[in-house]
Amino acid sequence: MSAGTELDLVELTAGVVLACAVVTLWRRDLRALVAVLALQGVALAALAAVLALHTGDVGLGVVAGVVLLAKGLVIPNLLARVVRRDPGSRETTPLVNVPASLVAAAGLVIVAYLSAGRLTSLFPSPVTRLAPLGLATVLVGFFVLVTRRKAVSQIVGLLLVDNGVALVAFLLTAGVPLLVELGASFDVLLVVVVLQVLATSMRARFGHVDLDQLRELHD
Amino acid sequence: MSPAAITAALVTGTATPTGLGPRIAASILQVAAVAVGGPLLVGLMAKIRARAEGRIGAPISQPLRDLRKLVRKERIHAEHASAVLTLAPLVLVASAAVAVAISPLVITAPVLAGGADAFVVVYLLLMGSVALALGGLDPGTAFGGMGSSRAMTIGALAEPALLVSILALSIQAETSNLPGIVTATLAHPGWMANPERLLALVAVVVVVIAETGRIPVDNPSTHLELTMIHEAMVLEHAGPDLGLVTLGEAMRLGLLFGLVANLFFPWGIATNASLPHLALGVGVLGAKAAAIALVIALIEVSTAKLRLFRVPELLSGAFVLAVLAVMTGLVTR
Repeated sequence: MSAGTELDLVELTAGVVLACAVVTLWRRDLRALVAVLALQGVALAALAAVLALHTGDVGLGVVAGVVLLAKGLVIPNLLARVVRRDPGSRETTPLVNVPASLVAAAGLVIVAYLSAGRLTSLFPSPVTRLAPLGLATVLVGFFVLVTRRKAVSQIVGLLLVDNGVALVAFLLTAGVPLLVELGASFDVLLVVVVLQVLATSMRARFGHVDLDQLRELHD
Repeated sequence: MSPAAITAALVTGTATPTGLGPRIAASILQVAAVAVGGPLLVGLMAKIRARAEGRIGAPISQPLRDLRKLVRKERIHAEHASAVLTLAPLVLVASAAVAVAISPLVITAPVLAGGADAFVVVYLLLMGSVALALGGLDPGTAFGGMGSSRAMTIGALAEPALLVSILALSIQAETSNLPGIVTATLAHPGWMANPERLLALVAVVVVVIAETGRIPVDNPSTHLELTMIHEAMVLEHAGPDLGLVTLGEAMRLGLLFGLVANLFFPWGIATNASLPHLALGVGVLGAKAAAIALVIALIEVSTAKLRLFRVPELLSGAFVLAVLAVMTGLVTR
């Protein structure tokens, strides 16, 4: 594989990660959100794999495998299980409506581009120049986190932030140490498991998983 | 040749070895091809839809036959309407014809190629839309006004998305001149797989669906009052005037399909005005436009029409994809 093709692949996968983040704002169907999240995880793993092939770094290759397993398969499957128990559940009334949140996403993307310039100018290279894409993913993830009401969409927002941080790390430093990535993946996995337990008990007690309804105390 | 040099050559007319005469002939060929091809594309899409739904459907040439029938009819004018109603179809067809003549459809450098800026072409299209909307308002009927207001709402949302996605291409090509973008893409075939182009392509396809009034934004075959957009607007046109409106809309559809095909995949476009090149250009343009028609007809068959209030979601999604395309273009430049 030539260096040009590798760079093209890195650009393509980084673009897919950000596009997936925006699509989560676009779709209301929770099943679609989980599918998009799985695609994002696979794209992130592909990016790590391409970088590992390029640098010949075995540790990074293992990280790519961990990312594929955790973010592409296990976490989306756990989330899909939560969604399946609540069929037909949709993000019907987000705090900010869909057109406004898409325009806000466009603004966040521009903010990310303008603010990442200093970061990338520390070590300019064809790969580090892509870092604004990761930063934009983080910002869009935070936006999902604060504007969506369903437990599943909020956890999707958290995972978007996590994927964005991982993307920035891959692009800027050509990979995080294996131990750090293992720890982070395990952390996120735990959060998803906790969410699954929380969502299950919420549905058992209240009959819904709308976090916005939990602001008042009841007997 | 650098992109800036290509643009300069287009503006001065030295980009192609051919003289002014052949280029004028090529432009006339483009207008003729789109005037015949546009209605055929409409017929092709109706045919594909019919086949996918298990019907046989009307022949592909049906829109052309409809045009012939409409032109032979008597001219009838709404009683209280002013000259605006009569002028609207003429402005629509004229603006579409000018846009077609200067755009890189069959040949990279038609006449006035230096002036074929993205903004010029988009606003020529807008001029036709505004004329049609005024024509809808002019007779003072309820449906015409409703159709015009809806069409303008959708147009105002589609416009920025279209311009920003062409901007993504022009950042890469370093020119907003459409023939310049096509020439630069021909010189760098590797660009066609870039992520910003894929994002911009998705955005442009959504905009084209909205601008040409196809499902899920508008249903071209509906006559149910509350769901009509385009049909409500042209309700007061009859006979030859309606024929002109139909022709103008079909030409806009042909132009948009041709521009999408050539801006994103410029294979086969004629680079000079010699006869074999032009013949190949027309053939390839027809094939590419038919491929786009197939994709959009399949989208139409497989989706339900959106509620009018959900259309802004679709179009703002296209706008964000276009912004993403621009940003990806800026970071990877």
